[in-house]
Amino acid sequence: MDNLLSIVTFLPALAALILALFLRGGDAAADRNAKWLAMIATSATFVISLFILFQFDTSETGFQMVEEGSWIMGMNYKMGVDGISVLFVMLTTFMMPLTILASWDVKTRVKEYMIAFLLLETLMLGVFMALDLVLFYLFFEAGLIPMFLIIGIWGGKNRIYASFKFFLYTFLGSVLMLVAMVAMYADAGTTDIPTLLAHEFAFADFEVLGIHIVGGMQTMLWLAFFASFAVKMPMWPVHTWLPDAHVQAPTAGSVVLAAILLKMGGYGFLRFSLPMFPVGSEVMAPLVFWMSAIAIVYTSLVALVQEDMKKLIAYSSVAHMGYVTMGIFAANQQGVDGAIFQMISHGFVSGALFLCVGVIYDRMHTREIDAYGGLVNRMPAYALIFMLFTMANVGLPGTSGFIGEFLTLMGIFQVNTWVAAVAASGVIFSAAYALWLYRRVVFGDLIKESLKTIQDMTAREKWIFAPLVVMTLWLGVYPSAALDIIGPSVEALVDNYDTAIAAADLGGPVVAEANH
Amino acid sequence: MISADLNIILPEIVLAVWAMLALVGAVYTGKDKMATALVWASAALFLLVAIWIGTTGSGDRAAFSGMFIDDAFSRFAKVVILVSAAAVLLMGEGYMSRHKILRFEYPVLVVLSVVGMMMMVSAGDLMSLYMGLELQSLALYVVASLRRDSERSTEAGLKYFVLGALSSGLLLYGASLTYGFAGTTLFSGIIAAATEGHLSLGVLIGLVMMMAGLAFKVSAVPFHMWTPDVYEGSPTPVTAFFATAPKVAAMGLFARLLFDAFGGAVADWSQVVALLSLLSMFLGSVAAIGQRDIKRLMAYSSITHMGYALMGLASGTEFGVQAMLVYMAIYVTMNVGTFAFILSMTHEGEPVTDIRALGMYSKKEPGRALAMLVLLFSLAGVPPLVGFFGKLYVLQAAYGAGLVWLAVAGVIASVIGAFYYLRIVYYMYFGEDREDALDAGGSPLLWGLLMASAAIMVVGVVNLFGVEGAAAAAAATLVN
Repeated sequence: MDNLLSIVTFLPALAALILALFLRGGDAAADRNAKWLAMIATSATFVISLFILFQFDTSETGFQMVEEGSWIMGMNYKMGVDGISVLFVMLTTFMMPLTILASWDVKTRVKEYMIAFLLLETLMLGVFMALDLVLFYLFFEAGLIPMFLIIGIWGGKNRIYASFKFFLYTFLGSVLMLVAMVAMYADAGTTDIPTLLAHEFAFADFEVLGIHIVGGMQTMLWLAFFASFAVKMPMWPVHTWLPDAHVQAPTAGSVVLAAILLKMGGYGFLRFSLPMFPVGSEVMAPLVFWMSAIAIVYTSLVALVQEDMKKLIAYSSVAHMGYVTMGIFAANQQGVDGAIFQMISHGFVSGALFLCVGVIYDRMHTREIDAYGGLVNRMPAYALIFMLFTMANVGLPGTSGFIGEFLTLMGIFQVNTWVAAVAASGVIFSAAYALWLYRRVVFGDLIKESLKTIQDMTAREKWIFAPLVVMTLWLGVYPSAALDIIGPSVEALVDNYDTAIAAADLGGPVVAEANH
Repeated sequence: MISADLNIILPEIVLAVWAMLALVGAVYTGKDKMATALVWASAALFLLVAIWIGTTGSGDRAAFSGMFIDDAFSRFAKVVILVSAAAVLLMGEGYMSRHKILRFEYPVLVVLSVVGMMMMVSAGDLMSLYMGLELQSLALYVVASLRRDSERSTEAGLKYFVLGALSSGLLLYGASLTYGFAGTTLFSGIIAAATEGHLSLGVLIGLVMMMAGLAFKVSAVPFHMWTPDVYEGSPTPVTAFFATAPKVAAMGLFARLLFDAFGGAVADWSQVVALLSLLSMFLGSVAAIGQRDIKRLMAYSSITHMGYALMGLASGTEFGVQAMLVYMAIYVTMNVGTFAFILSMTHEGEPVTDIRALGMYSKKEPGRALAMLVLLFSLAGVPPLVGFFGKLYVLQAAYGAGLVWLAVAGVIASVIGAFYYLRIVYYMYFGEDREDALDAGGSPLLWGLLMASAAIMVVGVVNLFGVEGAAAAAAATLVN
């Protein structure tokens, strides 16, 4: 199949179109059909995407299964995957059927709900496969529209505020990236990503408005991309949209947001910032390290005092993304490997944690931690699964969470010991807030009157968690399954980065100067 | 000689003769009873002429010793003007006959103003420029106050007239200065007056005066004051007309004047246009936030969009003109769809312009709400909709000309602007049910135009319907 990637990308959109055009009526039967169609479409996408994984040649470091066609404004419609992106594609297709299954009880506007999620899947897959700058931007930004609607229509009480904040915050971040893309096009004369990866952007220092810019053009472009990806990631201090969006979004929306949308920022750093602007990255790396370290410690402390479960997990996501940014800009094999691994793992773990909150929210309609306690007495299966993912979140060896944290810490330790020391303390904090949450919700005596009749998980809910449990444990004990795929591409990336830095011949003082 | 000249302006002659025949014919026969037929006939004629110009026109010809120019640029603008005018004319018919303001003069005046617009984009001389501009404006002043028994409408007409006359005065004064210092009114002569890329002081003042007059016509800040009031006061179909064809014509004339007459001194006017662009983008975006009336909101929205189109012009390059033309074509398409929606906003048969009345419209009319959603995101410039490509085009043009600050300002303004478009989405999708909610249903014609416009915004991402190539050819003939 020559256009396997396009088929995988646009299959969900096709299903959305069919839903929009041919599904009539708002009765229960129509709702059921919409759910089943969405379920079948996302499952089929997952099955077809397995072919991508099978066909993927791990020894090859370049782009594979490339498709190309001419498009407007001298740009190309170009898709392809490499070792960095292929696992994100798989993560997306893997998570989507689960989110659809998790939304089985949606009552209002089911058809529109399913259309929004199907479109969102197409756009997310496009982000990870696009090999043209503008095509990438197209998918990257377009994802805001369905997510805005998902939060705004099916969200909680304060959904309007959250949806506007989500949209405008991320939109503001991205438009600067658009200007940078225009600048890159003007400089390199193409928007083709493989060509741009080989293009060397100028890094001679210059002055803008009297400010001396070390790394020149590369630093400026790096900053513009950083504005976009740091918001998306999200990094401290521009993370404030995330807790709002998570708390207000419906469960499935939170899952997609945490498991996939946040990964776009990290993927962007790996696809653009690091390989295209190596000098800019090198100059700005100390800033990223300290922002990440602060994120890990600060948001972990903030998570400790949250009273809303979703908010707590949202802050823990920010902390975990701190490891990712730190690992990426450590720019060595362990750091980048760990960052990608951490993102994949976080996709399963945080997705599962939001689903765990969803399970009890569906029963009690509150996310207040105080409203729960002693659930283990009536929900043993739930307690077990929640325990597993809590441990994975903490980074217990044997779960996938451990590998990512360990590798990124190892990577950063080689570059900056102090940052590594600060970041390592985050492991303790994460244990503190996660275990404390677990204790308050699950253990203790079942004294709350309202909880006396709560039911354990249904078969459908167990089926949602089963694949996530398998993946978390499997990657925890056998990380090579993922690292072998990532490895060669990351090695090439790191080699190119080191070569570029060596060629640029940055003296020590240059880097030091960027610190203030 | 004269027959060759007449041959070149044949499309304009056909339309002008049609307007007069229609006027006389209607006066002597059924008067207002003929109006509906005239609307349809005029719209059909517009489309025919558009096809005629679009398919048969070729090359670069000048009539009346260079006063009238027929080139790819003017043909591009004319096709956009004619098609949008036809769409808007048809759109308004139902609304106007329902409110008993469908007079037979309406289509006649629209045809005359379209002739003026065609003249504007073909002008090759300060005289023909002014002639076209005034023909267009005078017809528009009258249609603005078409609803004679309404205070708002007559106020709109009067306001438009007084301020329009002022701007015409400025323009005339500038034209006379230019003539005085350059010694000719022909664009091809004025361009020779620039020496080493700069203009003499007299011509420069003339240029600035004329730019002020034209900035008024495109409603660029700080000459935009009339726009919200006139948009709000005029009958909605007339507002729809104001927002589309005249904007293209004025923008075309702006480009024509700047490049054909002052193309030798790009550096002299580029910063002025850049400033107009910057102010328009920000003022339009910020001022629209507080609006509750959708017509006023669209007025500020069009001010913002003119700012973006001017960004293309400010670059002073061929690519910039191409960007401006693509932007205008996209802008007009979006506005036709948006106004088709606004025209169908009624509550118990009465027109509604308060955006709060859209509360939960998506439940009642999912199809229309979705189409409007697409248009709003396109207006905000969110990919993958076509509106985004218009923005990308002008950003590229501005960056290419070294106006990085303008490009950065433009994208920041687009984020501010996104807020008020999102607010309409908010009312339609997240709002509350209201007692004065809009009626369901509406005319199939409006539905069709709305859907077509929204579909273009989505499908256009594939290849922009080839508008790029035409715009590139048009820009190439203008900038040389």
